[in-house]
Amino acid sequence: MEQTLLRIEENRPLTRDILKIRLTGDVSGVERPGQFVNIKLEGLFLRRPISVFDREEDAITLIYRTVGVGTRRLSEMKAGETLDVLTGLGNGYDLTRAGDRPLLLGGGAGVPPLYWLARVLREQGKRVTAVLGFNSAEDVFAEEDFRKLGCETTVTTADGSHGIRGFVTDAMPEEYSYFYACGPEPMMRAVDRRAKTEGEFSLEERMGCGFGACMGCSCRTRDGMKRICREGPVLRRGEILWEK
Amino acid sequence: MREKAADRLRVDLCGIELENPVIPASGTFGYGYEFAEIYDINRLGTFSFKGTTRQPRFGNPTPRIAECPAGMINAVGLQNPGVEKVISEELPRLKKVFSKPVMANVSGFSIEEYAETCAMLEAEEQVGWLEVNISCPNVHGGGMSFGTDPKQAAAVTRAVRAVTKKPVIMKLSPNVTDIAEMAAACEEAGADGISLINTLQGMRINLKTRRPVLANVMGGVSGPCVFPVALRMVWQVCRTVKIPVIGMGGVSTAEDVLEMMTAGAAAVEVGAANLTDPRACLRIIEELPAAMDRYGIRSLRELRSPEG
Ligand SMILES: Cc1cc2nc3c(=O)[nH]c(=O)nc-3n(C[C@H](O)[C@H](O)[C@H](O)COP(=O)(O)OP(=O)(O)OC[C@H]3O[C@@H](n4cnc5c(N)ncnc54)[C@H](O)[C@@H]3O)c2cc1C
Ligand SMILES: Cc1cc2nc3c(=O)[nH]c(=O)nc-3n(C[C@H](O)[C@H](O)[C@H](O)COP(=O)(O)O)c2cc1C
Ligand code: FES
Repeated sequence: MEQTLLRIEENRPLTRDILKIRLTGDVSGVERPGQFVNIKLEGLFLRRPISVFDREEDAITLIYRTVGVGTRRLSEMKAGETLDVLTGLGNGYDLTRAGDRPLLLGGGAGVPPLYWLARVLREQGKRVTAVLGFNSAEDVFAEEDFRKLGCETTVTTADGSHGIRGFVTDAMPEEYSYFYACGPEPMMRAVDRRAKTEGEFSLEERMGCGFGACMGCSCRTRDGMKRICREGPVLRRGEILWEK
Repeated sequence: MREKAADRLRVDLCGIELENPVIPASGTFGYGYEFAEIYDINRLGTFSFKGTTRQPRFGNPTPRIAECPAGMINAVGLQNPGVEKVISEELPRLKKVFSKPVMANVSGFSIEEYAETCAMLEAEEQVGWLEVNISCPNVHGGGMSFGTDPKQAAAVTRAVRAVTKKPVIMKLSPNVTDIAEMAAACEEAGADGISLINTLQGMRINLKTRRPVLANVMGGVSGPCVFPVALRMVWQVCRTVKIPVIGMGGVSTAEDVLEMMTAGAAAVEVGAANLTDPRACLRIIEELPAAMDRYGIRSLRELRSPEG
């Protein structure tokens, strides 16, 4: 974990409720795809956890959905303003398990952490398939980004207004070596029922600190108790106990 | 000159000297390792580790955390690995990053459990003080908290007192009508110190789902929003008991520390502030001398003679 002040270079809408923010400064704490940062916002007590969409030498990019008071406040911030950010949080994805044909499954606000992962996997010469699910054509973002990396990219929309009609599970390919999934819980449960290989999921939980101090985000697993913010947010398929 | 500057912050807590009065509060500092990644935790007066029970506890279902203006609500439910693991795993690991006496925070659901857990910690050299959290329901008392009945609080104090030579600090719940009465009962039963406040009961509702935010429905409020309530209670308790009092509840600045100590606190714990600003305690320690200068306070010890 590092605490750092980052400068907003750009904070612009991608869709009606999704924004992309690029932050520059000392981002040396950000180590692996799948990690997240925790952002302090003026007037709010708790920080807001957001995954790293992409990382450059001196910058990170995040993509976030405005859902409440914190993300709305973030959406109103302008280039040139600074943010107090905790970086390098969470375990991140295990790249050693990808195999040669990894499958990336993202739903809505769960798509962002998969992009940096896709980029690294492509740099390693892997054949990457990305299936990105959204509600409607006007909600789609990052499709072109994944295509530009050379990923075999499929988009699904629940209303059929763009790409394949249905959910990401309706567009899962026949062949893949391993999967990485991030999205709303019903989507991840559906992936778990359908998947033919081992894989991993990034989970969400309400957080008090984001760095392992408060036990606010604990989750029971087959391998014992884990903190989503520390031993997660990425858990292996085989260790997750889907409740109910 | 340097010596003297350091001397200004020194305080005594139940016979053990602290380099400064700043103590991270139980449940907001884990066992210190996460913070040791970003600063030298030996800079602290000491810290109080996560509430420990006789048996391991998973705690409450999630969501366990909610936000409120200037604070937060937690329903962690005393998740901890149990005293045996704390002794066999956490304390040996802690020794590598922290060389001072540490405060052991103990919880229980029966009087026997408190006594047993404290007895097991007695042999641990690094444990300087036992901080006994009585904001827990008594399983033999219809679920009523030990901390809301002076007789129960006194009974826990006596049971713990009997099994340890270490200073016993009773940590009070603010969810009572008369906090001074609780403190007096603990002092009379042999407590060496009092710490307060634990969290105030509260809740939030998510209007989108029309359901409570916390899976446990209710939780404990902490953070800057509770500071005035905490300060009032610290003031009342300091005017009731003769034993040292640790003030806490919403402390997040050097000024808050000075207010608590002017009310009569011997030392101060900092809780929720650590979670949102991991350097909070270090920042407070560094800001203290300048804050003292602003108010003409030469040493913290001079604050500890409350009147009125
Ligand atoms: C590890 C992790 C990575 C995340 N990555 C992204 C991302 O890349 N893009 C994105 O759009 N969103 C992401 N989220 C979700 C994001 O944290 C929430 O949408 C955000 O905290 C909502 O804050 P708010 O103030 O707008 O909402 P409010 O509902 O007003 O928030 C109230 C409180 O609930 C918490 N909260 C609300 N929703 C969530 C949630 N889904 N998960 C965790 N806490 C929540 C808030 O942090 C805050 O403490 C991530 C969450 C986690 C845990
Ligand atoms: C996440 C969290 C966990 C806590 N766990 C404990 C605990 O295990 N034992 C205890 O005595 N107090 C516990 N507390 C209470 C704090 O130690 C402190 O008394 C309270 O939060 C008030 O201080 P603050 O406003 O500075 O946070 C916890 C508080 C929080 C926020
Ligand atoms: S959010 Fe505090 S331990 Fe995970």
